[in-house]
Amino acid sequence: MDTSQGNPMMDDSITPQPTKDGGPRIDCRNIKVFYGQAEAIHDVSMSFPDRAVTALIGPSGCGKSTFLRCLNRMNDTIENCRVEGKILMDGEDINDADVDPVLLRSRVGMVFQKPNPFPKSIYDNIAYGPRIHGLANGREDLDAIVEKSLRRAGLWEEVKDRLSAPGTGLSGGQQQRLCIARAIAVQPEVILMDEPCSALDPIATARIEELIDELRNRYCIVIVTHSMQQAARVSQRTAFFHLGNLVEMGDTGQIFTNPREKRTEDYITGRFG
Amino acid sequence: MTDTARTQASKARAMKRLRKRRAADGRFRYYGLSAILTALGALAVLIFTIGSQALSAATYHVVNYDITLDPAVIAPEGAGRPEDISRNVEGFYGLVRDNLIATFPEAAKDRASRREVADFVTRLAVLPTAQMVAEQPELVGTRITLTAPLNDDLDLYLKGQGVRERKLGVGAIAAIKGEVEGGYRVTGAGAFDAVVAALAVAAADLPADAAEPGVLLTAGPSTGRLTEISAGSGHLELLTGNIKDFARLQSKARLIVALESERTISDQQIAWTLALKDMGRIERVPRKTLLTNSDSTYPELAGGLAAIVGSLLTMLVTALVAMPIGIFAAVYLEEFAPKNRVTEFIEVNINNLAAVPSIVFGLLGAALYINFLGMPRSAPLVGGLVLALMTFPVVIIASRAALKAVPPSVRSGALAVGASQMQTVFHHVVPLAAPGILTGAILGMARALGESAPLLLIGMVAFVGDVPRSPTDESTVMPVLIFSWSNNAERAWEPLTSAMIIVLLAFLLLMNGLVVFLRRKYERRW
Repeated sequence: MDTSQGNPMMDDSITPQPTKDGGPRIDCRNIKVFYGQAEAIHDVSMSFPDRAVTALIGPSGCGKSTFLRCLNRMNDTIENCRVEGKILMDGEDINDADVDPVLLRSRVGMVFQKPNPFPKSIYDNIAYGPRIHGLANGREDLDAIVEKSLRRAGLWEEVKDRLSAPGTGLSGGQQQRLCIARAIAVQPEVILMDEPCSALDPIATARIEELIDELRNRYCIVIVTHSMQQAARVSQRTAFFHLGNLVEMGDTGQIFTNPREKRTEDYITGRFG
Repeated sequence: MTDTARTQASKARAMKRLRKRRAADGRFRYYGLSAILTALGALAVLIFTIGSQALSAATYHVVNYDITLDPAVIAPEGAGRPEDISRNVEGFYGLVRDNLIATFPEAAKDRASRREVADFVTRLAVLPTAQMVAEQPELVGTRITLTAPLNDDLDLYLKGQGVRERKLGVGAIAAIKGEVEGGYRVTGAGAFDAVVAALAVAAADLPADAAEPGVLLTAGPSTGRLTEISAGSGHLELLTGNIKDFARLQSKARLIVALESERTISDQQIAWTLALKDMGRIERVPRKTLLTNSDSTYPELAGGLAAIVGSLLTMLVTALVAMPIGIFAAVYLEEFAPKNRVTEFIEVNINNLAAVPSIVFGLLGAALYINFLGMPRSAPLVGGLVLALMTFPVVIIASRAALKAVPPSVRSGALAVGASQMQTVFHHVVPLAAPGILTGAILGMARALGESAPLLLIGMVAFVGDVPRSPTDESTVMPVLIFSWSNNAERAWEPLTSAMIIVLLAFLLLMNGLVVFLRRKYERRW
């Protein structure tokens, strides 16, 4: 699906630069995550290609969300949580002591399971990130960023007349697109999505999936999902997690049609999970 | 047993269970309702008793005196400066007393009577007039109407709360005949039937050896003491006025059970009060002085201004100290502090601190601020600091609860767009928790406003006649004033205390209203 044409706002400054060598955007090596003494993720190594959607699937509690949260160091905010291993982003380990998690999170945006717009106006929801990072020079610049982000998230036409209305007054699907716009506004290179459609109805879900497909042209997207249909629809690469282990990773088509592992096959055919 | 029978039986059991469940629901609802009604009833009784008491103190009686500001008395040679005039209480008081003696010539007959008439007005009651004249010296030499509150016991008597009396109708008096010792024999067929009947009833209630209740006979401005009463005649000893009034005007009898020697007011004073009232010189007016005067040893002059200002100054100190400490401590503990043994220990101690009896804080304040740091005694500064010690654990607990109630999704949302932890807390979490934090803070302050025990220990119970001008001035606060007033012996303090309680409750209501307003205005949903 090619949706990059017909949108005048697409080719502008907030598009991140692609990686120089076209290689993986994020490369994870021997990741282990501990909650206190318990090891939640066992030695996972995988990489995420740029300008593609990677889906993480697996039964509840398999560690896919925990793994996702390693990528923008959101696990730092959880007491007792410890991450071991290297996560290289453009060749730099994001867990290095001299990497500021705050700066990292402006490069790696995140969208959560439940839409969580700030209880502020739609405009302020988008403008908050650019404001704290000093991305805009003056009001007009900020207006432009807000419009661009909302257009990218496919929400502009619906909200352009009520930017000062509270973001929490939107419908669930609109709120989730608002959160995506909020993540886009700080010009990230990677967008992490933690079951972004689990609280939405099928129509809103379809709308978000379309949007993910559009965003794929500009960002490295990692999505955690419980819905195998969704993984099959939106992703190019799929990784199957089970009990904290990465069981299998490959092209989405291969995983769903010709899995190498027995456990993957059992899961995607609905025999457990 | 057939299948139908079995289903029937199980259906009956199900119905029984259902009925039981419904009955339990109903019972619970009934318990809840009766609990609420009990609470409301207690509140209603409280408000009613205090309110009805306070209502009588909301107005009081004042007497008008038409006096000429004689320069020789008000501003004698060498003492005519304004400050001399405002200090010349004795002079003004003398004019008022002379005015009373002119009205009641019998008051001049001996020292005792002069003292009795002097009791009508408290010396200090002329002070406002003295100050007014000092500001407008051109009034000297003119004739003005000086208004001064009536003695508190007479005020209560007129309100029907002091000395109990029964008013009785009296028939026409046909003849008045002078008798020995300034007395008169008043006669009229059946004139005192009602009085004789009432005396008989009263005598039945009294112990056998009790003295006979006194009876006063009033006609217009004239009053006399009635003795040797029979249905048709009695001996009248004139206390004030003109004996001819009794022949001319409709008389009324007052039966007073309490003996004159056991009352705070004499028959003579009652007679004069009734006369002044009949002349229209006594008015019942709203007691504005409750809010504009400072404390006094005379109930008719006492007011709460000094205590209200003292309370406000104390609250100011408390707010400035307790709110920042409480809120910052709560934000730090809730949002930044690592969860370990130390913070747990601190948390337990804060909770304990909130449960410490307030008088202990008073002891601490006395030891720390006054003895060790040498701060002034009885000052709002010290009172405010003591109350701040007492309030800030409450503020911390309420603020932490408010911060905890902010959903974590807001925090992760802000962190995910690259906000630092401090930005997350101060841009998102604290604004959302602000209504709750403010509610807790104001409720803590309201509790401090009503606190008296710790302030007693740092000397804020001292009598304060002047309105404090700064937090280091000697001062008292409303609850302590209420406490002091309730300890006073005179009857008149009782309604006055209730009135002050109502003023305090009004302030508390105002603060709670502020809480509701802030909640409504700033509460945001997410």
